[in-house]
Amino acid sequence: MNCIKEKRQLSDNVFFMKIDAPLIARERKAGQFIILMVDEEAGERIPLTIADADETAGTISIIFQTVGATTMKLSRLEPGDSLAAVLGPLGRPTDIRGANGEKPGHVVCVGGGIGVAPMHPIAQALKAAGNRVTIIMGARNKSLFVMEDEMRRIAGDDLILMTDDGSSGRKGLVTEPLKELCESGAVDEVIAIGPPIMMKFCALTTRPYGVKTVASLNTIMIDGTGMCGGCRVSVGGKTKFVCVDGPEFDAHQVDWDLMLKRMGAFKPQEAAARDHVCNLFKGI
Amino acid sequence: MTAKERMAIEPQAMPEQDAKVRARNMNEVALGYTAEMARREASRCMQCAAKPCMRGCPVAINIPGFLAKAAEGNFEGALAVIRETSLLPAVCGRVCPQEKQCQKFCTMGKLLKDVDKAVAIGRVERFVADLAREKAASAAGKGVPAPSVAPSDRTGRRVAVVGSGPASITCAADCARAGHDVTMFEAFHKAGGVLVYGIPEFRLPKAIVQNEIDGLKALGVKVELNYVVGRTRKLRDLMEKDGFDAVFVGTGAGLPKFMDIEGENLVGVFSANEYLTRANLMKAYDEKGHDTPFWHGRRVAVLGGGNVAMDASRMALRLGAEKVYLVYRRSEAEMPARKEEVHHAKEEGVEFLMLQNAKRVLGDDQGRVVGLECLKYELGEPDASGRRSPVAIPGSEFTLDVDTVVVAVGNASNPLIPATTEGLEVNKRGNIVVDAETNMTSIPGVFAGGDIVLGAATVILAMGEGRRAAAGINAYLAKKGSAS
Ligand SMILES: Cc1cc2nc3c(=O)[nH]c(=O)nc-3n(C[C@H](O)[C@H](O)[C@H](O)COP(=O)(O)OP(=O)(O)OC[C@H]3O[C@@H](n4cnc5c(N)ncnc54)[C@H](O)[C@@H]3O)c2cc1C
Repeated sequence: MNCIKEKRQLSDNVFFMKIDAPLIARERKAGQFIILMVDEEAGERIPLTIADADETAGTISIIFQTVGATTMKLSRLEPGDSLAAVLGPLGRPTDIRGANGEKPGHVVCVGGGIGVAPMHPIAQALKAAGNRVTIIMGARNKSLFVMEDEMRRIAGDDLILMTDDGSSGRKGLVTEPLKELCESGAVDEVIAIGPPIMMKFCALTTRPYGVKTVASLNTIMIDGTGMCGGCRVSVGGKTKFVCVDGPEFDAHQVDWDLMLKRMGAFKPQEAAARDHVCNLFKGI
Repeated sequence: MTAKERMAIEPQAMPEQDAKVRARNMNEVALGYTAEMARREASRCMQCAAKPCMRGCPVAINIPGFLAKAAEGNFEGALAVIRETSLLPAVCGRVCPQEKQCQKFCTMGKLLKDVDKAVAIGRVERFVADLAREKAASAAGKGVPAPSVAPSDRTGRRVAVVGSGPASITCAADCARAGHDVTMFEAFHKAGGVLVYGIPEFRLPKAIVQNEIDGLKALGVKVELNYVVGRTRKLRDLMEKDGFDAVFVGTGAGLPKFMDIEGENLVGVFSANEYLTRANLMKAYDEKGHDTPFWHGRRVAVLGGGNVAMDASRMALRLGAEKVYLVYRRSEAEMPARKEEVHHAKEEGVEFLMLQNAKRVLGDDQGRVVGLECLKYELGEPDASGRRSPVAIPGSEFTLDVDTVVVAVGNASNPLIPATTEGLEVNKRGNIVVDAETNMTSIPGVFAGGDIVLGAATVILAMGEGRRAAAGINAYLAKKGSAS
């Protein structure tokens, strides 16, 4: 059983959880994700990226925002409670520069909102492979930053904080420092993880400079093994499944507008389900 | 009984839910024979010496043998005869394409010059299996223990079975009966493969599949859910690190094909797998209690002509669609679906558009489906498969007013295990290559069967493969045992 070991509330609607999942902790690599279910009978299967793992303790960590019915139910669980299902690790691991035959270089990691969480193991692996790692973290305001200390440990002085309101770091969007770095000419690769709209604009920012840019996509999924095709996106004009072909793709080739539309497919139903759960909780 | 008397018995019609009513509920369409109907139908079997029906059965069930017993009212005896060669009669009786297999060759059908008047072998099979299951269920309620393998017969050998569809269920059962310690690994949170996520409740009640899984557990099979081999653990690690002596791969054909047409990634276009999984496995239709959303298609076009297309179009009706079109490139005679499903789909109001094919999906500025442009076709010369190949009629474009498109044009084999298992040989379609007699793959001790070997096929073939592979595993382990 996947027992919850630890839980912390990081901000208004962002939570950290450590879950017992020894098999996943053993096999997982940077860039991979899990699918979890809160209830067995009535539950929905949702993908979440692995923020960290401890093989010895047999645990994985996830960071999630309460956006729908399932994440809301998840946020109500406490240490000692168990999840109905945790499947993983899924997806192809990140192709880590320096560990893949390519020479190590300067990699800029852009994490937006809780996209910083899945970025963490990737940045760690990049650092371990001998890259210079610059991390740009963006959030609406200071209270929404997650894993700032962990990221500072990896990037040191190369950590750039951006907030919409200037409550921490620089005021502005992540694409501003990204552009400056590209302009300076010293960037070999960019990895962007965050809201699709942020990743889209990161891709647009780096494109004129011809800098290799990778984005980790977080589309709707059911099985996570390639069976349903619900997560499909168009990359370079070809249909790809995020769950098995991804989750990382060349950000310059992704059809972002189509992906954004597909991600909104169930918006009304999701909103209704969320309200339903919300009301249930209010009733308690 | 004389042949003449047998011929005089009226073919027993299957009791069914009324078409209008059932098109809006998830309950099983066919209600099943009564004992009297099963006996009568079985009595229609001529008991002919040539037994042509058996040649039509992929696993060569002794059909006249079980029908003779059923005709006497000895339903337990009938089931015992079926069980000599088939493990899943309650499932196969419901989903086998009988009109292309056993019933196609039935002498009675030949005599009456109508395959629909052949002995309804599948329906009798279903009856005897259902009866036994119901009896066992009430016995279990009274505390009668389920059979299992005696500890003294245990071999101490460990077998991993990957997947939990019909091929895996059969292989696991046969290996467990041989005394091996069997663990089944399934990626989903429920076991059963296509039988639970693909084939809808209205055609195959999930309780029947669950009963088979419970039977496995009673035999001592451990079922590990939420475990994707290749990711949670590499196949080779199961053998090299986790101590499994043999592995069976029955991972099915779970990779949906698309048409490769414009607009196929628009919002409102689904693979049949996704559409059916949302409804079946995730029970999205039950919106009050279930979190998985489903798509409220008002006007739905389903592309394809197989069982999957029939299931998707009939599911669309049950999910509340006002209009459902089934768009198929060939003519009805070429449709690979079970005849009964075609008949049921029509009765329920699915409109069949034959010799037509989708050309592109039309969307609005929100990326949502607003129509399907189709082309008309005519039949040309027979192709390699012997079917007359459809040829597009230039300039015959027209648009269907739909808001949902479900693509049901087949499944390719899931590449996950081949991609993560070095040395596992696959053919150019991605199917795992196996020895024809033992079902062993290119890796010693690794066996495979079902759709991952055959390409998208049928339940009975998958079951037959699982059986053969289990025999292969048992022989392999016996040899290994005597060598060490
Ligand atoms: C909608 C639909 C309707 C059908 N109707 C009929 C019909 O009427 N009659 C008929 O005879 N046939 C029908 N078929 C075909 C039939 O269901 C299949 O041929 C049969 O189920 C194949 O059995 P299998 O055991 O090979 O695999 P499957 O039933 O496909 O099961 C494979 C299982 O393996 C699991 N799996 C895959 N990869 C992994 C992994 N790496 N690790 C762990 N688990 C994994 C999957 O989740 C799945 O549960 C239908 C198919 C569909 C989709």
